[in-house]
Amino acid sequence: MHGRERLAEIAAPLLAGVLFLAAWQAIVQWKGIPPYILPSPVAIAEALWRDGPSLLGSLFVTLRITVAALIAAIVFGGALAILFAQSRLLEISLFPYAVILQVTPVVAIAPLIIIWVNDTFLALLVCAWIVAFFPIVANTTLGLNSADRNLVELFRLYGASRWQTLRHLRLPAALPYFLAGVRISGGLALIGAVVAEFVAGTGGAETGLAYRILEAGYRLQIPRLFAALLLLSAAGIAIFAVLSWLTRLLIGHWHESALPRDD
Amino acid sequence: MIGAGAMQPENYETKPIFTLAGVGKTFRRGTEALQAIDMTVSSGGFVSLLGPSGCGKSTLLRIIAGLTPPSQGRVQCESEVRGHIGFVFQEPTLMPWATVWDNVYLPLRLAGRSRDDASASIAGTLASLGLGGFEQAYPRELSGGMRMRVSIARALVNAPRLLLLDEPFAALDELTRFRLNEDLLRLWQEQRWTVVFVTHSVFEAVFLSNRIVVMTPRPGRIVADLPIDLPYPREAGLRTAPAYAERCRAVSAVLNEAVA
Repeated sequence: MHGRERLAEIAAPLLAGVLFLAAWQAIVQWKGIPPYILPSPVAIAEALWRDGPSLLGSLFVTLRITVAALIAAIVFGGALAILFAQSRLLEISLFPYAVILQVTPVVAIAPLIIIWVNDTFLALLVCAWIVAFFPIVANTTLGLNSADRNLVELFRLYGASRWQTLRHLRLPAALPYFLAGVRISGGLALIGAVVAEFVAGTGGAETGLAYRILEAGYRLQIPRLFAALLLLSAAGIAIFAVLSWLTRLLIGHWHESALPRDD
Repeated sequence: MIGAGAMQPENYETKPIFTLAGVGKTFRRGTEALQAIDMTVSSGGFVSLLGPSGCGKSTLLRIIAGLTPPSQGRVQCESEVRGHIGFVFQEPTLMPWATVWDNVYLPLRLAGRSRDDASASIAGTLASLGLGGFEQAYPRELSGGMRMRVSIARALVNAPRLLLLDEPFAALDELTRFRLNEDLLRLWQEQRWTVVFVTHSVFEAVFLSNRIVVMTPRPGRIVADLPIDLPYPREAGLRTAPAYAERCRAVSAVLNEAVA
C-alpha cells in the first residue's frame, strides 16, 4: 500500500506533465503557430540540445552569483540576528532599515548599485544579497527569541552566562527558523541574481543566463529563450532540494516539521 | 550526592534552609498575587504548597528560586543553597534537540564540568529514575511520564540542597503519577534534599509531605500550616489506609474553608 502510494506520488505528476506537453505539441502543430510566438516542446528540446553547452556556461555564471549571495546573506543575516538578540535597543534601532531594504524593489535600486560598485560580479552579488538576506534576518531573530521561556529561566537559575545561553539554548532553538529562512532565501537569491542581470546587461566576457534570455528575446530565438528558462527553473528546484535535504540532515532527528507522519 | 548520614537527623528538622518574611507580590499590571507570606522551611523537609489554581503558588516558588523578586518583604536563603537549587516545571521543559543524556548533562555543563567528568553522576541519576538505556533517546520518543523523569533527573543531577517542583505531575495519568510520587519519595529518603512541592491535589500533598501549607485564592495568603505525621517510608499501600483517608479529609476541610 505504502509503495503503491509512493509510486502514484511520482507517476501522477509525471503523467500530467507528459499529457500537457503532448497537448502543447499537438496544438502548435495543428494550428501552425510559428516558433517565434510559441515554440513546440520538440523545438525547445532541440534548442536545449544545440545551445545546451553554452547555456550551461551562462547558468554557471548566474549560479555563482546566487550561491555567493546566499552565503553572504547567511553570514550577514545570521550575524545581524544574533546581534539583535543581544540587544533589544539595537534590534528596534536597525530592524526598520532592514525592512526598508526588503520592501524596496531591487529592480529600482539595481541601476544605482551598478553605478556605485565597479565590479559587475560584485554589483550583481550585492543586488541578489539585498533580496536574499531579509528572510534570514527576520526568521533567525524570531527563532532566537522563541526559546522556551521556562528553559531560559532554568539557564538563569543555573547561572548560565550570556554566551552559554546563546550557544546551548537560543542557537539550537533558532535553527529550524533559520533553515526555513535559508530555504526561502535560496530561491530569492536566484531571482535577485537574474533581475539584477536584466538591469545590468552583460557583465563583460561572462554572461549569465538572464542576459541570454534577453538576447534570445531580442533576436526572436524563442525556443532558445524557453530552453534558458527551463534551465533557470531546474536550477531553482535544485537549490530548493539541496536546502531541504540540508534541513532534514540538521534538524530531522528532533524537529516536528521533519518527522515522518504516520497516519 | 548529599548523604543522609552527613548530618544529624535532628538538624534536618531544626536548621532553616530559607525564610520568607512578609513576602508579597504585585504584578506590573496591578494584580496582587501574594500577600504577607511568612514561612520558614527547615532542612530535609518535604513541604507542599496546596491551593486552588491562581493562588500564587507558582509565583511563590519562583520567588523562592530567585527567578523573580518579591514586591514586599524579604527572602532569606542559606548561602550554601544558592546555586544548589533544582527546579521542575509543570511541563517537562526539555531541549528537544538534545538526547536524554545531554538534557540531564545541562546543569553540569553550565557549571563547567566536562562530559567525562559528569558521566558518573549522570549515569547514577538516570539509573535512580529508571532511565537506564534511554541515554540516547530524544524527548519526542518518550512518553509524558518518562519525559518528566528526565526533567527530575536534570534537577537532581547536580546534587541540589533544595528541590522546587511546580505541579510536576498535573498533566500525567493517575497510574504514572502514583509511580512518580513513590519514586520521588524514595529518592528524597535516600538523598534528603529539602522539597517544596506545589500542587492542587490534596491526595498528592498528603501522600508526599510531612508539612502542608494551605493557601487562599488571589491574593495568595497562608491560612494553615499542617504537619502530616504519617510515618515514612510511605508506600503504595498507604493510599488505601484509613489513616491516609482521615488526613485527606482533614486537609480537604481546611482547603474548602480557605477557598470559600
